[in-house]
Amino acid sequence: MTAISHSNRSQQLGLGTLVLGFFSLLGLILVVYRWINGLGVTTGLTDGRGWGIWISFDVICGIALAAGAFSVAGIVYILRLKEFYPILRPTVLTGFLGYALAAFAISVDLGFPHRIYYMIYNWNIHSPLFEVGWCVMIYATVLALEISPIVFERFNMKAPMKIIRAITIPLVILGIVLSTMHQSSLGTLFVLMPHRVHPLWYSSILPILFFISAMGAGLAMVIVESTWSFFGLKHKLETRLLAKIAKIIPIILSLYAIGRFTELFISGDSIYLFTGDKYSYLFWVEMLIFVLIPVVLFSLPSVRRKPMQMFATALLVVFGLILNRFNVSLVAFSAGAYAPSWIEIFITIGMVSIGAFVFALAARYLAVFPHSADEKTKVLPEEKKKIGDLEPAYSPVIYTSKQPIEGKTLTSGPISRLE
Amino acid sequence: MTMDRREFLKSTGMGLAGLIVLPETINHSEIASEDAYGILYDAKACIGCRECESACKGRRDIPTINEPELDADNWTIIKLYQEDNNQSVYSFIKRNCMHCIDPACVSACPVGAMQKTPEGPVIYDETICIGCRYCMAACPFDIPKYEWEEVFPRVQKCDMCADRIAEGKHPACVEACKIGALKFGRRSDMLAEAHERIESDPVNYVDKVYGENEVGGTSVLIISKVAHDKLGLPVLTSSSLPSLTWPWMKAVPGVAVVVATLMTFLYWITGRKLKVAVQEESINDSNQS
Repeated sequence: MTAISHSNRSQQLGLGTLVLGFFSLLGLILVVYRWINGLGVTTGLTDGRGWGIWISFDVICGIALAAGAFSVAGIVYILRLKEFYPILRPTVLTGFLGYALAAFAISVDLGFPHRIYYMIYNWNIHSPLFEVGWCVMIYATVLALEISPIVFERFNMKAPMKIIRAITIPLVILGIVLSTMHQSSLGTLFVLMPHRVHPLWYSSILPILFFISAMGAGLAMVIVESTWSFFGLKHKLETRLLAKIAKIIPIILSLYAIGRFTELFISGDSIYLFTGDKYSYLFWVEMLIFVLIPVVLFSLPSVRRKPMQMFATALLVVFGLILNRFNVSLVAFSAGAYAPSWIEIFITIGMVSIGAFVFALAARYLAVFPHSADEKTKVLPEEKKKIGDLEPAYSPVIYTSKQPIEGKTLTSGPISRLE
Repeated sequence: MTMDRREFLKSTGMGLAGLIVLPETINHSEIASEDAYGILYDAKACIGCRECESACKGRRDIPTINEPELDADNWTIIKLYQEDNNQSVYSFIKRNCMHCIDPACVSACPVGAMQKTPEGPVIYDETICIGCRYCMAACPFDIPKYEWEEVFPRVQKCDMCADRIAEGKHPACVEACKIGALKFGRRSDMLAEAHERIESDPVNYVDKVYGENEVGGTSVLIISKVAHDKLGLPVLTSSSLPSLTWPWMKAVPGVAVVVATLMTFLYWITGRKLKVAVQEESINDSNQS
């Protein structure tokens, strides 16, 4: 494994980060412009097509791709596979950013953005969107609390740190419960619309399919973002851990494929599979290129040994999820003609940029990626001397599988105490 | 341990049962009681004078300009259907909110801004709407329209003149119809009349009352001499749309409890395993020393 330390910690922000910053700013300016001028002038939406790319990408894909957070949190804290700890923080941070941005995108899309909180006291328990809204609000808070230690550590705040540690397990369980609820309810959203969603995508078990595919793509996203930040931020690449994650994905994707095909044949919608129209092609592209190929590739040990091949395969899974959600909510969704306006596109680009920008800054100044103790002593002291450099972030202890019983000496470690 | 496992299996079973519960129809009869009002539109009788359109706009003080499609200002519209190869075969068709008995928009709205009143109309509360537009996507008849040009746009659609009904009056469009193509009354009476009209003239009517069973039934009923799907009315099943999502929504609390229990149980198991391992380790340590 190549262990590369934060050697460029004190360097100026890279060109990539600056570009991200530019698109973030452009996005924010356009958001303000949209709030001032309304949806009619700024978007390509019409009476026939009320939902565009903000809903399809920023909200529906954003939330699904942030699903890695609850899976990895569950692996580390519930299954207590503590070797996965090094990828926990980047994953939870990505999750938090994903949810925060989805909530932000909703506020951009709403006709009455200032009424977004009305959902708190105007209840309609029949509405899937009501449930999604509530879960997103609570889960974003949960993720903020889960990731808050990186800020507390940075400023050495011991008291709030203690509180967070005490409630970590309930938070993680709550996070898993909320994720199960709303990842599936995003599918329920479309169960209400059999008259719109093409039979190849409409399914009576859409909530289950949405949940399973979000789990698969969320884990693929862990691989993508870890590898990505390895290049951008030069932290250590946990190839061995990522390979273990990669091993789970084929199981999840196979479950997804079995569920989807079974439902198609039971409901009789399988007649649309070979009609030769664009929908049948889209379906097969989705299932063969973005489901079958990743299943095969991730099942090969040789692929799981090579970070770049894992990265490429994980990207396939992520694109597959995006394609699937776009098909369900936009392409195979019968409604009026629609082409996103440039403002819609740049706001969406802005949202993604904000996420990546905040992630890059956090990775630079906060202990998102743990680095090993020898690295810390070796590299950081001389770096600290550089003018204008921030205090190095607190580095949590790394737990390796070599330590037979992690709980024995770590009662005050970042991982919640074992009784 | 045994108890725990039994309880765990029990709750898991209950959760799974909750997940695969068969779609059941929600009994909305208390809402859509046969006493609720409805409108009968007889497309065969309609002469396309558009008095109903004007009356609808007059009630809302909107200048009468004939628009080709429904939009935020046009809550009702008369369209002309002509057969491609034989233009003498034609029919007018009045489109407006169907006021479903179990409306998708009402079940979709996250804040409950859409409501089905016991009297029959589906009404919209602009003071609590957050503008998510799920109602527009959910409506199988493409009825709710949006004030796209506004900074704070409202959803707009026919409200069956709920205010006039409360005053004991008929909806404006019905009152304006001089030739009896529109009729207002109890839905059950309207349905009976629709069937009567079809039976009395079976040659000139399609033997179907549109809205009798579509998406679980609608308060607006349509009869015509041209097949309904040709008039642009969507072909829909007789099960209401909310009855598709409600089993899932209903299962949510149960699933939440099951998942929480399962996770707590798993946490406990993995903790126990660790503890046993710690004990074994310390025994080994003491043996060695």
